[in-house]
Amino acid sequence: MRISLFVPCFVDQLTPQVGLATAKVLKRLGHEVDFRSAQTCCGQPSFNSGQWDVAREAAIRALGVFRGADVVVGPSGSCVAMMRNFYPELLKGTPHAAEADDLASRTFEFSEFLVKKLGVTDVGAKFAKKVTYHDGCHALRELRLKEEPRQLLRAVKGLELIESEEGETCCGFGGLFSAKFPMISTAMVQVKGGALARTGADYVVSSDPSCLLQIGGWLSREGKPILPLHIAEVLANDA
Amino acid sequence: MPDARSDIFARIREALKVKAPKPHLKGEPAAGKTSAVAKPWLPEGGETADASLSILAEQLAKLKAVLIRVPDHAAAAKAVADLSSSKGWKKVAYHGHPLTRPIAAALTCETWEADASFDKQKLEGCDAGLTTCEAIVAQLGAILVSSASSGGRALSILPHVHVVVAEASQVVPDLGSSLALVQARHGKDMPSMLSFITGPSRTGDIERILVLGAHGPKELYLVLVG
Amino acid sequence: MSDSKAIFLKDATVNAADGDQRAFIRKALGGYYVNRDLQKARYRDWERARDAASLAKWSAVNDLANVLEKFTANFERNGGVVHWARDAAEARAIILKIAKDADAKAIVKSKCMTSEEIHLNEALEKAGYGVVESDLGEFIQQLRGEAPYHFVFPCMHVKREAISELFTKHLGTAPTDSPEELTMIARRHLRQLYVDADIGITGANFLVAETGQISITENEGNARLTAALPRIHIALSGIEKVVSHLDDLSVLLPMLATAGAGQPMTCYNTLYSGPRKKGECDGPEEFHLVLLDNARTRLLADPEQRDALHCIRCGACLNVCPIFKNIGGLAYGTTYQGPIGSVITPHLRGLKQWNHLSGASSLCGACTDACPVRIDLHHHLLHNRRNAAKESPTLFDRVFHHGFNFVIKRPWLFATGGRIFRATLPLLQKLPLPYMGAWMKTRDLPKAPASSFRDQWKNDHA
Repeated sequence: MRISLFVPCFVDQLTPQVGLATAKVLKRLGHEVDFRSAQTCCGQPSFNSGQWDVAREAAIRALGVFRGADVVVGPSGSCVAMMRNFYPELLKGTPHAAEADDLASRTFEFSEFLVKKLGVTDVGAKFAKKVTYHDGCHALRELRLKEEPRQLLRAVKGLELIESEEGETCCGFGGLFSAKFPMISTAMVQVKGGALARTGADYVVSSDPSCLLQIGGWLSREGKPILPLHIAEVLANDA
Repeated sequence: MPDARSDIFARIREALKVKAPKPHLKGEPAAGKTSAVAKPWLPEGGETADASLSILAEQLAKLKAVLIRVPDHAAAAKAVADLSSSKGWKKVAYHGHPLTRPIAAALTCETWEADASFDKQKLEGCDAGLTTCEAIVAQLGAILVSSASSGGRALSILPHVHVVVAEASQVVPDLGSSLALVQARHGKDMPSMLSFITGPSRTGDIERILVLGAHGPKELYLVLVG
Repeated sequence: MSDSKAIFLKDATVNAADGDQRAFIRKALGGYYVNRDLQKARYRDWERARDAASLAKWSAVNDLANVLEKFTANFERNGGVVHWARDAAEARAIILKIAKDADAKAIVKSKCMTSEEIHLNEALEKAGYGVVESDLGEFIQQLRGEAPYHFVFPCMHVKREAISELFTKHLGTAPTDSPEELTMIARRHLRQLYVDADIGITGANFLVAETGQISITENEGNARLTAALPRIHIALSGIEKVVSHLDDLSVLLPMLATAGAGQPMTCYNTLYSGPRKKGECDGPEEFHLVLLDNARTRLLADPEQRDALHCIRCGACLNVCPIFKNIGGLAYGTTYQGPIGSVITPHLRGLKQWNHLSGASSLCGACTDACPVRIDLHHHLLHNRRNAAKESPTLFDRVFHHGFNFVIKRPWLFATGGRIFRATLPLLQKLPLPYMGAWMKTRDLPKAPASSFRDQWKNDHA
């Protein structure tokens, strides 16, 4: 299958290894992967801030960028939810509505794509570590993904998956919310990060790099001995 | 100035000129009575009388209500009399009804047919209230009392203990059946109060810790005949 | 910045830093989660049951004029008196007049959030009436002189030691650390008050059009007593509480209890169709119902958010909300706290003053999943943000987002900007920049990589 990568803007700039790992896994499974360099940001920060006219422009741009792609796969539940669920809402009643619906039907979150679209759970990865999984809220509640990433992790050789307390609790990122209401966001990550640290896992794995930014940022500041890692990085590891 | 009623209705009619979409549903429920449509989704109430009785017993136990099953009316009278003497009740108020009168008559303590000469201060001083009920809902362990079947409004709520005596045939499987039953029984002439009692009075207001007997009865007994 | 936002930010900052209090709230809710899940498991299909509950409310709200007309006709036929109030002031005036006409002295109330909404107690007290809240949590909050913390669990934030002290101070009772003993103190104190009161005031959870009954949900029995013993019963309700059929309650009553309190049903679910009937031995001589609009029709006029009027005030959305659990109910400064409060308060009290509540959310969506009547809560927070940006845009937001958009529209500029951003990140982190400075106060950013994904991809695929 020919897959077009959708790399979130902050992954592009701050955690490029997540994008590279995503491509690596997909290629290892025998697929052709392209990256359309005209892509930038999906517009979610503006959308969440109520600036829907601005977000609409970003959405229309993205429609153009991914026009003609067979499938679009992104390593972020949040950014994929933006394209899948919110582009159609933003562009409802505009001449772009049909194309937004079409793009939504061709866009997948990485773990979802592997399990639901390709029907793969064992991607041939090895990772002999204790891991706990954090459900990003967009993946969990907008895309309804819960078992898919876990199925993938359970198939990784040597990996031990530990569930945490506060399993479905939000990490408190919420995009600009984390900076506009830093005291609330921090309180939330204390609850979430504390529960993750208590599992005794070596890594907290998620399909959402934005949550990992928040959780990892707090764990690092607090000096907790558990590291953030994107699920694509775990699955890319075959040595 | 138009009166408030006309004003509010005008606002409502204006507001509803624009239709709202249906909520995001998992699936479109079939047309029909809510209880009939939702029956396969709600908690089970039992398909047979025996099944209902066993669900009822389980629910009442979880609610910390006491179910006393007796074979006949004489046994019911004895059960309540035993209860009264073991708990040391001094004054029992009861609803005047063929089911309750013989039970009250068998009590050794002072008894009072509360609905014959109602006095709220006197009722406040009673240890227990004895009533009948309209129906019993197995699905939820709920006892449906009314101002008609339970000696008015206060008898089933003011005394510290509430004893309900009922025939086993009064058990219905679910809430929907009980609502249909009272509608069929009373039509447009409903008792002024109908109340589903689901266990003894309780509160969790202090640190969300369960305490029984907040304002209503601390103890609830259902004496089921048959 | 609106006053309400300034107060919110101040209170939220204080409360979010109070680790002990936050842990206390989490612990208090611990039992609720266990019981809720146990009860939900008894449903053969909870999700489909939500559909049924949602549709029952949807059909009534979207036919509100007809359903309300039918309800009031039946209510009046049953012997009750209906009063209409466009706003809080009218509702207060109606209730004060009933009290005056009845020459009342003592009033006992059961829990009624609508009465909090219209500030009824203050008005009654100012007019010289003694008013006692009889719900234990409300009673405690009344003694504390504080608004409810949670619209179902009013004093869940108060520790037993504080309640014991409060009772010692106001009721002269001996100190105790037993919740049971504290409950019994309130029970003993309130009993005679029910007997002596002239007027009982309650709320209403549902108004049943088909039969003209009002339905009241409670656990303690205080509403039952309030509607049984006083000579006059006044119920106060929003106009949106109406449902078409008695049978709709077969779904709504159990789901209200399960979603809100983790119970199969609450202890008492009572239907009142009128004052004492001929042949009945007790009950009030008069039954008044005050139906309140107070901007509900404004919410009704917004078809996008009309489903917020489906709310049955179960409190489930508060119980699962990480914002509520970390800042507490009082910080909202609203009658209705938590997600539902953040959604509806801007409609009831002004978007400009109350939009910050819609902003103060990570949009995690736990509320929407918890709602038994499927209100699209977290998406409505987005809708409020959009409406506020349109209605009263802030200059900073406009500049920030248009600037950002200018960059992301130009991939070369985005790439160049990214390069500069990464190169200067160590420096930027030390500057008091808006947003970033706030972020960095409690969290680290990852070390900026030397090259971006797009650059590495380009190199690998050159």
